[in-house]
Amino acid sequence: MDWHQQYIGKVKHAVFHTQKTGRKRVVVSTEENVIASLDLRHGEIFWRHVLGINDVVDGIDIALDVITLSSDGSTLRAWNLPDGQMVWESFLRGSKHSKPLLLVPTNLKVDKDSLILVSSKGCLHAVSSIDGEILWTRDFAAESVEVQQVIQLDESDQIYVVGYAGSSQFHAYQINAMNGELLNHETAAFSGGFVGDVALVSSDTLVTLDTTRSILVTVSFKNRKIAFQETHLSNLGEDSSGMVEILPSSLTGMFTVKINNYKLFIRLTSEDKLEVVHKVDHETVVSDALVFSEGKEAFAVVEHGGSKVDITVKPGQDWNNNLVQESIEMDHQRGLVHKVFINNYLRTDRSHGFRALIVMEDHSLLLVQQGKIVWNREDALASIIDVTTSELPVEKEGVSVAKVEHSLFEWLKLKGTLMLASPEDVAAIQAIRLKSSEKSKMTRDHNGFRKLLIVLTKARKIFALHSGDGRVVWSLLLHKSEACDSPTELNLYQWQTPHHHAMDENPSVLVVGRCGVSSKAPAILSFVDTYTGKELNSFDLVHSAVQVMPLPFTDSTEQRLHLLVDDDRRIHLYPKTSEAISIFQQEFSNIYWYSVEADNGIIKGHAVKSKCAGEVLDDFCFETRVLWSIIFPMESEKIIAAVSRKQNEVVHTQAKVTSEQDVMYKYISKNLLFVATVAPKASGHIGSADPDEAWLVVYLIDTITGRILHRMTHHGAQGPVHAVLSENWVVYHYFNLRAHRYEMSVTEIYDQSRAENKDVLKLVLGKHNLTAPVSSYSRPEITTKSQTYFFTHSVKAVAVTSTAKGITSKQLLIGTIGDQVLALDKRFLDPRRSINPTQAEKEEGIIPLADSLPIIPQSYVTHSLKVEGLRGILTVPAKLESTTLVFAYGVDLFYTRLAPSRTYDSLTEDFSYALLLLTIVALVAAIFVTWVLSEKKELREKWR
Amino acid sequence: MEKGKGVMGSGRRWAVDFTDNSTTPSTRDIADPPGFSRASQDQDDSTLSRQKKDAEANWKSQKAWEVAQAPFKNLMMMGFMMWMAGSTVHLFSIGITFSALWQPISALQGVGKVFEPYKDSKVDLLGPKLLFIALNLGGLALGVWKLNTLGLLPTHASDWVSSLPPALEVEYSGGGIPLQ
Repeated sequence: MDWHQQYIGKVKHAVFHTQKTGRKRVVVSTEENVIASLDLRHGEIFWRHVLGINDVVDGIDIALDVITLSSDGSTLRAWNLPDGQMVWESFLRGSKHSKPLLLVPTNLKVDKDSLILVSSKGCLHAVSSIDGEILWTRDFAAESVEVQQVIQLDESDQIYVVGYAGSSQFHAYQINAMNGELLNHETAAFSGGFVGDVALVSSDTLVTLDTTRSILVTVSFKNRKIAFQETHLSNLGEDSSGMVEILPSSLTGMFTVKINNYKLFIRLTSEDKLEVVHKVDHETVVSDALVFSEGKEAFAVVEHGGSKVDITVKPGQDWNNNLVQESIEMDHQRGLVHKVFINNYLRTDRSHGFRALIVMEDHSLLLVQQGKIVWNREDALASIIDVTTSELPVEKEGVSVAKVEHSLFEWLKLKGTLMLASPEDVAAIQAIRLKSSEKSKMTRDHNGFRKLLIVLTKARKIFALHSGDGRVVWSLLLHKSEACDSPTELNLYQWQTPHHHAMDENPSVLVVGRCGVSSKAPAILSFVDTYTGKELNSFDLVHSAVQVMPLPFTDSTEQRLHLLVDDDRRIHLYPKTSEAISIFQQEFSNIYWYSVEADNGIIKGHAVKSKCAGEVLDDFCFETRVLWSIIFPMESEKIIAAVSRKQNEVVHTQAKVTSEQDVMYKYISKNLLFVATVAPKASGHIGSADPDEAWLVVYLIDTITGRILHRMTHHGAQGPVHAVLSENWVVYHYFNLRAHRYEMSVTEIYDQSRAENKDVLKLVLGKHNLTAPVSSYSRPEITTKSQTYFFTHSVKAVAVTSTAKGITSKQLLIGTIGDQVLALDKRFLDPRRSINPTQAEKEEGIIPLADSLPIIPQSYVTHSLKVEGLRGILTVPAKLESTTLVFAYGVDLFYTRLAPSRTYDSLTEDFSYALLLLTIVALVAAIFVTWVLSEKKELREKWR
Repeated sequence: MEKGKGVMGSGRRWAVDFTDNSTTPSTRDIADPPGFSRASQDQDDSTLSRQKKDAEANWKSQKAWEVAQAPFKNLMMMGFMMWMAGSTVHLFSIGITFSALWQPISALQGVGKVFEPYKDSKVDLLGPKLLFIALNLGGLALGVWKLNTLGLLPTHASDWVSSLPPALEVEYSGGGIPLQ
């Protein structure tokens, strides 16, 4: 029923640990700020730590423990290698930002203590690897030198620190690593200036670019002298126009330059001349140099060739020689190779073998050894952007094997309940239960529990996960068009969900992306079939997309109409068919859209005006006009949250019946927007403002008319605000500075203009207009009720359960700071709670008021598991009214089924239908037998 | 109701008639007991039968009134049981309420049958019947009242609106914070 999957994200850096006997492992850091130790044999996680969202890992290495540098070089931590326990943590201070560098020299050892050198924030720190004590610090920022490299001289305790002051002054310091004593300082100016990364070619030579990016500058600082040597790129026979950059690498005597879309390997000859060794396209990836057996070096080059990937391991400095050449078949859904890390091992014949850890474009991680993929991890699933669901295909007619199996299982279960089962039968029952083929079938089930979860990841890869067991059904790396080389994906929408008319069509999803990161960038639309996982279509649009609105209308093939709003406030209708336009034109005057400009503090409402006027006549483009705007005073209010109701939410009834048989009419409108603003002073983190200068104002706004329905100020409160709007209520979470605690407030909205409808006779006869369509322009009068409670946890995400008909009571799903999901009954957040509820109110289920919301350990839906890096919670109704499906995602994935009011409409899985049937049959037989007997007896009586 | 049948109904098997109205001479052989006067019997046969019929009619109407009043006892008992059952909905109170509803209804259905044995041209059954019906209606009313106190009658507005779907909205709006 539940499943939980652990991921790590796209690997940034990997360090192997294979020297000693015992478990071979690779320690990795990822773009999701995860540090993990992976089993090199199977790719499983030994241990893992998810650092905070701002705690970006800058470097990782293994000294005695695993050493990580994070938070822009300000935090240095050591983790125990076998179990991942944190050994120590040091904070490194500095005044200025500089490139964070981590260096763990191999031979600088005092007793057992080895030294860790960290250059960050303008300073160089030497840290003890045993307890993290800072042994010495040298401030380079004081001399306004920006450190570029820290270099260890071979086999000595001296280090070189090189850096720039300004853009043209080159500094080289020679330092005793043991005590931080400055041995020598050389400086020289280079008129051309420096730009970009530096590549270290040998321990006393490095290469960088001048500010024109057309000249390679070789800087050597041998023998306490700095010498510059310029080599024009055109002298190497290369066209230097375009984007030139030096790629960071650690190959000895060689470095890599990327020019436009190809890469050059350039070697430094013994006469200090540069020569091009090899020229490859930009898809080729090179690993860092690996030192194996007595100073021999090797590096790996990975090239693409059709559906294959060629891995070549070459000895250092010798391009034409190959140590290993392997070619492996690669799934084209994995895209290009992004990174490669190599490691060596000793074969049984004492020769050296190499294994490569490859990071692909789709963020997957593969271990390749002897031309085979040993294991792979789909780590794109650690970076989900958006999730939607899709139904599975309907089961075909005919008796399937599963059905026969199922009836067999029923008989076995019956035997078990009647205690007739032999030990073998019991074992068989257990085995079937464990396997439970029922839950992972690829067809729709009666209760609607089996679904496909379609997830869009940062890697531009879409996965379909089976809700039964969480396996990947298909995955698709979105097609990259020539016109756009850095597309980003934004959101997923259900494009076509056939259920009535177009049953033979497969459902499909719409993926909206944009080419680039700015909001003006042109949009990209992709349509993906959710059964087959094929990309049906893909368009590069001319306009941008800042908003996507799925309309509540579908065409004859059940394609949902979507409106895309571009940054010029024009709206574009999709699909571009004449049918869609005729549907749209019927509803033309009833379609509105609103924009929340959080930076300017403005909310605007727009209506569709007319067709676009432009040179190119576009029938599907419409101009809009501003209808209303709400401008928040910039000096006192700043928008921090805007939440609206889920468009697909189903509400069962508009009336709420209280204990005295009284009726309250809920104000149920989909065009309702909850906005929270805070004082600009208090918009920072908690503690940055006094309670007196902090306030939180919440608004409920009708998005058609712009009318503010409700406004409330919480003095001494500040964000972050997490809110959920459902039915006629909104629940929001914020921090109360006066009470030093988090609070949750609930506001329920009731329609006062309907309150008069209480005449039973009229209601019986149906003479009321309660179900007649309503317009926001009728200005319904509303009343609100609110209540506030303390809540212990800070919150990462809030969601609410949703069921098929909306009858079942609701639960709030709160993603806590501990990365767990807590289910809290909505009954606890009811503004009608009072300290002493009357008997009638108690019968209705009103809980006596308490100042804080209870956290019942059993109500954690994630049990003891953690959804590390929790970002979102999705709830989907099952077909069974009592049940809702919950999918929580972050770095980990978690899926479960919830029944907020218990499963009142179904029997448990353990229920033995066979026993029920048997009982009925036995009863019928007994009735028949007794009837016959009584007839006989009566006849005998009559003869007497 | 059953009792009336037992005494006078068709189910009677045998009876001893102590009024000897035989006129056969054979019985005259035996001397009358002292003090017995046959004269009164001999007087007029017709008066005798009329008297007898009157007595029967009287008796029938008396019985009919009795039967008509019988539901009153029932009513009292029902009332007591209902009071005992309380006003919360559970198995006991539901059972009592439904039997309180069912009994009067079944009695009203069989109102003709109940009074059939007392049917007589001389007996006016309208009064007892009306009383019977009235009492049973009273019982029915008591049952309905109980049903209402249990909250099982749709007499409140809330009973009629609790499943009203939300009204449709004319306008549609979408949007929000621009996509990041």
